[in-house]
Parts: sequence; structure tokens; C-alpha cells
Amino acid sequence: MSVIFVLIPLLAAIAIFSGVKARLTALIASGLILFLGLGSVFCWQADVWSISFEVLATPSIHLAMGFYDGISVIMLLLSVIVLFAAILHGGAPEGREKLWYASSLLIGAGAIGAFLSTDLFFFYAFHELALIPTFLMIGILGKGERKEAAWKITIYLAFGSIVLLAGLLWLVNASGSESWLFKDLLASEIDPAAQKGIAALLIVGFGTLVSLFPFHSWAAPAYASAPTPVAMLHAGVLKKFGLYGLIRFYPMVSEGMQDWLGLLIVLLLGNILWVGFVTINQKRMDTLLGNSSVMHMGYIFLAFAALIEAGSASANTIAIPAAVVLMFAHGISIAMLFCLSDSIQKRTGTLELADLGGLAKAAPKLAFLFGLAGMASIGLPGLANFSGEVLVFLSGFESYKGGPLGCVQIATILALWGVVISAVYMLRAFRKTFQGPAVKNSTGVADLTFMEKMPAMILAAALLIVGLYPNSLLSLLEGCGCQVSSDATEQSDN
Amino acid sequence: MPAHWLEAYVVLAGIVLLMLEAFLPRKEKFLIACLGIGALVFGLVLLFWAEAPENNKEMTRFYAWDSQAKFFKGFALLAGIMTLTLCLDYRKILAKFTANPDSDDSTGEYYCLILFAVAGMMWMASAKDLVSLFVSLELTTITLYILVAYMRRNVGSLEAGVKFLILGAISTGFLVYGISWIYGATGTTSLAAIGETMSEENSTFLLFGLALILISLAFKVGAVPMHLWIPDVYQGAPTPTTAFLSVASKASGFAVALRVLQPFFENSITAEKTTFIVAVLAGATILVGNLAAIPQTNFKRLLAYSSIANAGFILLGIAAWNSKGDLSAFQVTGFYLSVYFLMTFAAFFILAAIHRDSGSDEIAAFEGLGTRNPALAFLTTIVIGALAGLPLTAGFFGKLFAFQAAVGASLWIPISLGFVGVAAGFFYYFKIIRAMYWRKSLKTSPVKVRPLSFYVIAVLTGLIILLGFFPQPILWLLGA
Repeated sequence: MSVIFVLIPLLAAIAIFSGVKARLTALIASGLILFLGLGSVFCWQADVWSISFEVLATPSIHLAMGFYDGISVIMLLLSVIVLFAAILHGGAPEGREKLWYASSLLIGAGAIGAFLSTDLFFFYAFHELALIPTFLMIGILGKGERKEAAWKITIYLAFGSIVLLAGLLWLVNASGSESWLFKDLLASEIDPAAQKGIAALLIVGFGTLVSLFPFHSWAAPAYASAPTPVAMLHAGVLKKFGLYGLIRFYPMVSEGMQDWLGLLIVLLLGNILWVGFVTINQKRMDTLLGNSSVMHMGYIFLAFAALIEAGSASANTIAIPAAVVLMFAHGISIAMLFCLSDSIQKRTGTLELADLGGLAKAAPKLAFLFGLAGMASIGLPGLANFSGEVLVFLSGFESYKGGPLGCVQIATILALWGVVISAVYMLRAFRKTFQGPAVKNSTGVADLTFMEKMPAMILAAALLIVGLYPNSLLSLLEGCGCQVSSDATEQSDN
Repeated sequence: MPAHWLEAYVVLAGIVLLMLEAFLPRKEKFLIACLGIGALVFGLVLLFWAEAPENNKEMTRFYAWDSQAKFFKGFALLAGIMTLTLCLDYRKILAKFTANPDSDDSTGEYYCLILFAVAGMMWMASAKDLVSLFVSLELTTITLYILVAYMRRNVGSLEAGVKFLILGAISTGFLVYGISWIYGATGTTSLAAIGETMSEENSTFLLFGLALILISLAFKVGAVPMHLWIPDVYQGAPTPTTAFLSVASKASGFAVALRVLQPFFENSITAEKTTFIVAVLAGATILVGNLAAIPQTNFKRLLAYSSIANAGFILLGIAAWNSKGDLSAFQVTGFYLSVYFLMTFAAFFILAAIHRDSGSDEIAAFEGLGTRNPALAFLTTIVIGALAGLPLTAGFFGKLFAFQAAVGASLWIPISLGFVGVAAGFFYYFKIIRAMYWRKSLKTSPVKVRPLSFYVIAVLTGLIILLGFFPQPILWLLGA
């Protein structure tokens, strides 16, 4: 049954290409799966959602989809919310609505298919489905240096995908599993010697897809040049695919990952600190947001590193919930930021921070919503990102038993500075854009219309709900071997 | 019906059509192509009726009848049918460059030659003796010489034909030399005897003979270092010949390679050395084929390099013969070739359609196709995606099986070269997509495609997507 989450956007995209009204069809399709997704939160454990159809006998590959555990539900929620907001935001140039909405739906379908797949082959294949629509959208309808950005993201991600494919093939071969289904793979064991090589390939492969330092240089130009829905979907949803994959396959390569822990910590600190400083240096809102999204991936990798250090999800029960909540929170907040920065661009015609100023006078609602999203990105308590980030930092110390600090603990301490860094660039961006005297570009602009407010408000609502009541997400994660104790949730609420 | 009557039937059909061609009125030569398609389809039906030639002892010595033979015979017949279908819409261009320009006069023989080449390929699929292998290979190759140089008022075609002839003759020389070494080492020309008589002393001679035969097969298949003829010959030859060369000739080369390599892979004395040789060939071919395609601006030439690159991936699957995976080397090769058949013929039909419209094979001729013929542009995007190896198209499964076999055999260097190759592939294949959608053409007139070509392209593309989700039918054909 869960295949409808992929079928509805796919069929809508085909219908749009065949000529039906693009925006209406896309809204209906994404709205439908939004409601279905919200509804599935309450009954995701029912058997009706799983399907499995064998498409190949040797090797045994199935078209299998379903909610493997609570992580898939949360990722689905993220995807449907951001997809609906992206479609609602709209902004297609005249005459190009077909390509605009159909591509957005295809990218969404690819992401949803990847998160809902319970078979390794289709998990990988659905993510690739998003590649061509992204290439076309950035190349044709993007802005700025769109052609170079389109080539860069396509070839870089293709290379990362191939390395990932080699790692996954090796994983399947070494596991001796009889099929490619997740449940068969996760039930099998891999020889530790092979685990090291597989872990390396998975880190590089998935890491490239998540813009892990130093494989991150595709991300900022791509998001700066991409049309808004593509930026929202890619930074918000599609990037999380790599992290989801790492968490999902971690149990199979847990010993192999231990060998790479030190290197991973250096790389994730590169994301947080190096790319953080690069972000501070940005002079344009779009490149600032692109780099900030790369920077925040470092936190999620920190939770993953804590998981590796502990050795298993039961030894460090907060690591996986931390990663998942932060993935959700970051996805929503970055989508909201890209959505609103597009509104800024439409009104003032520029995203250069030097040319902006005093926009709050003319557009107070825009200022408020952008401020909310910015605060979320920094990690203000009460918004979803704080719940995620505090869990990440707590998970870094979860395995600490006193005595000398391990590398994960030192990394956590250094990563805390990332909060300061993000405060610096986000507050400065907000001040430069909205506060101070009004400049030429900011006078006489209109505030957000109702239609423009809706996507931002939906995303803001998600941030507030998860921020004030993190158990809404954390309760879904119980029973996947990663129970969060009530002490930790109480600490995070305070 | 004894199986060897299949080839006799195809040759006979070719001869009958040749006779008909001589006496048919000028306007209706295309009927020969239609009759040729009909004859080959009937041949496909006969394929199911055929049985092993057990009663005929001489035949059994030369002629194998197993699932491998059946598959490659069916493949050759289907490739012949596709090529003749392509000829139907291409014949105006063919006619322009033959004896009497703008008349269909000299195009009739082309269709008959295709049948002879198909018969040769069918026999190559069954050749289990070096002599029958040689004879059938020559039947196909000599027919192909004529087919390449067919457009004799076109300098490109003549040049391609001469290049092909000379280099082909050299490769035949290598083949015969290799055969004589193997004969000297084993005392017979039967391939099975290699496995039986192999020992430490004569393994060196056998490997030397194999190396010489591999040079010739590398020529046929387009593997480095015998690939230099491919871009020029593919670009100069008439498009149906190029398509036929690219798909059928390559497949029959692989059919022969599988049979010749089998005793060497299966015997422990030579297995490692053979794996090394084939892995080096595979790695070099993938690297050269993909990298050399990057600067191409002519779509036909790009398809030539792409065929070299694809041959490299198939060789990667063959090098992993002893990998103990789920699929045997024959199944990996057969699967890749089936998928390659669909993608390449679709690409050539698209090329022929564009050539009809604009008179050029350049990538620039695709510019603006997104607006001038959106349906064709969409189908082209899918075919290009399949060639690049995008998941959810059949092309991905072919590469997946090849990579999987190679991972199982731990051939890490060729695999890493394969990464580079696939990444490079994304660039040069997506150049077509860029031309169709990003670039505007000066001409804004819609591009018309003949209905037959359009239906074929649509069906092939549909199969590519269907098999991308559900590839099991091909494996059923391969006996998995």
C-alpha cells in the first residue's frame, strides 16, 4: 500500500506532461500524500502498508516498500511536508509550469521511494530517479551560474553514487544474504575484514551524497543556482538519503566503521568548523544558506560518530533519535529558509547582503517568518532544531564514563562552537536584510501575500510542534532498538 | 528439424531474395526488405522447432546446440529484423549514394546481404570447432565489408570500407595464426580438446594461441587496443550497417569469445592468467572508450565510442568468470547484450530520424528538440539515461550485474576504472540532453518522424523502462 506514496506523484507528473493543468494537479497530488502521510503516522505499524513483489530471481530483488521502522515514517513526513510546501510556493516562469511542477513531483517521488523502500536495489534506484529532473531544472530554469552548477552536481553525485553502488554490491556479496531485502540483509553477518573496506566505500559514497567534507563543493553552488522547489527538496529531503542509508546499514558494518571513526570525526569537524567559517564569509543570501546546509550535516554525522563509538544502537540509545530528529528539523528549516529567501529575491530583486536592508519596515510578516526560520537554524529552544541538536550533543557524551575524554567527546565540545558560528552568520544575515535603515531595494515592497505565507506557515508549524513537543517524533522511534529514556526528553524540554 | 538447417534456411532465403531483387521493378525494392523481415521472423519461429543435430556425426563435431547457441541465434535474428526495419526508413539516404542517385535501384542487394551476415552470426553462435568458427566469422566479416562500403558515392563510406577491410584482414591473419598454434598444441581443431589436453607443458603454447585469437576477437568486439577502426568505420558506414555492426557483430564476437575462453577459464592451470589478460583488456577498454567519448561532437561517433565503452563493461563481466556469483559469465554477458540491443537500436533509430530531418549526425542537430518534437526528446532522454546507466532503466541492470560479478571476483582496478567510466558517461551522454533542452536551434520547425520509426523507438523505450523495473524476463530467456 505504501507504494501509493510514490505512485501518486509519479502519475501526477505523467499527467502534467500529457497536458493537464500543472499547478492544480501538483497541488492535489502533493496535498493528497501530505494527508495520507500525516494519517499514516498514527497507524504505520499496520501490515497493510508493506508490499513485496519479486522482480528478479537471481539475485533476489523485490519491489518492496513499507515502513521498516519509525525512522522511515519520520523521513516520509519530512518528504511530504517539504514537497507540499515546495509545490505551494510555486514560482514557475511563464510557460514552463509543466517542467517546473512535474520535475518537483519526480524529485519528491524519488525521495519518498528511497525512504520507503525495504529492498536495497530500489532504495538506491529511487534516489537516482531524482537525478535527471534536478539536472534539467537547475540547467534550464535555474539562476546565476546555472549550467556549471548543473553539471557539477550531476557528475559529482553520479560519481558518489557509483562508489556507493560498489560498496552496496560488496555489502550484499559479503553478507551472503539470500535476497536484497533489508530484513534479510540486516539479519546476516559480514566478516570484519571485509567490513572495513565496505565501511570506507559507504562513508565516501553516502558522504558525497550528503556533502560531507571534503566532498561538499557541489552543494553550495547547486543550491544557489537551483530554482526554489529544487533547492527545498534537495537540501531538505534528498540530502538526508545518505544519512538514512548510513544509519540503516550501520548494524551490518559496525566493526568496520570503528576503524574509520577518527577520520570521520576530522571530516565532520571540517563540515562544522571549516564550512561554518566559509558560511560566515558569504556575501549572498543564497550561497550563505547553501553553505549553512552543508555545515549542519556535520551535527548529524556527529550523532553517527557517537553511535559508532558506542558500537550499537542499544549501547547509545540517544544517537539515532538525535540524528533522525535533527534530519527532520534541518530539512524543514532549510526548506523554509530557501522558500523565504526566494520571496526576498522577488521583492527586492537581489540577494546580495550589501544591497539589502531595512526590509522589516515594509514586510514585517516576511521578517518574522524569516527570523523564526533563522532562529530555528541556530538552534533556539522551542523550535525543532534545538531538540535535535541537544540530543546530538548529549549523545556525544552518552558513552562517556569519566576519565580522559575520547575523540567523540572532544569533537562534541568543538562542535558546540558550531552553534556560535551559525548564530554569527544567521543573525548577521537577518540584521543586514531586515533591520537598519531601509535601502532603495527595500522601499515600497509588498508584504507576503496569503498564498506566499502558507508554505512558510506550514513549515513553521512543523518546527514549533516538534520543538515544543519532541516526543511527537521520538515516540515513533521507540522499538527500533533506540529507545530514548524519559530523563533525556525531560532534559531536552527544559 | 535439425538445428543446422536454420542457417541453411537463412542463406537460402538470402539467395531467393537476391534472385527476386534482380527481377523486381525499380519502384518496389523496399519489398525485399519487408520479405527479408518476414523471412527472419519465420526463422525465429523455426528456432523453437529446431533440435540438436545428434544423428549427424560430422555436424555434431562442428555445431553446438545449447542455451548459449539458442540465445545468440535469436539475438542475431532479432538484430537482423531491427536493421531491416531501420533500412525501411533510411532507404532514401541509402539510395542517394549508390549507383543511380535518387533511385532505389541499387538498394535491393543491401537487404539480402544483411541476411547472409545474420546466417554467419547464427553459425558463429554454434561454432565449437575452430574451423567452423573461422568460416562463419569470415562469412559475416566479408559481408560486413560490403555493407560498410555500400554507399559508394559517399567518400566517408568508401573510406570506412577500406579501413575496415585492411584492419579486418590483419585481424583475420592473427586469428589464423592463433588457430594454428592451438592446433599445434592440441592436435585437433576442436575447442573441447583444449580443456582435455591442457597440461603444464603445452599451456604456454595454448596461452600464446589464445592471445593471438583474443587480438582478433578484440578487433571484432572493439576492445582496446584493437578499437581504432571503430570510430571511423561507424561514422562513415550507412546508419543501418553501423547499428548492425554495433549490436549484432559485437554480440557474435562475444559469443565466440565465450566459447574460446571457456576451456581456459575452467582449467586451473590457465585460469589466473586468463583472468588477468581479460581484466586488463576490460579496464583499458572502459577507460579509453569513456574518456575518448568526452570531446565528441558527432552523435554517430559518440555512439561508436559508447559501444567501445560498453564492450569494456561486458569484458569486465567475462573477466569475472570464476566469481561464483549467482549468474554465470554467459548470463551476465547475455543480459548486458540484450539491454544493449534495446538501447543501441533505439539510439540509432533516433539518429536516423534526426538525420532525415536535418541531414546531419552532429549533436548540434539535436538542439531545440525539446520544443520542436517534445515526444521524441522525451524518448531520447530515457534512451540516453539508459545508456548512461541510470537506475530504473534497463541499462542500469546490465552494469549492475557486470559490477556485481567483478566485485565477487575482486577485480578492484577495473572496477575503479569502471567508476571513472560511468561518471564520464554521465557527462558525454547528458550533452545530448543539454542540446535538446538547453540550447535553442535557429530552426523552429517541428521535427517530423516517420510513424514506423516512432513506434519502434517508443516500443524499445517502453521495454527499457519496463525491464528497468522488472528484468526477470531476460533472465528467463537466458535460462536462469
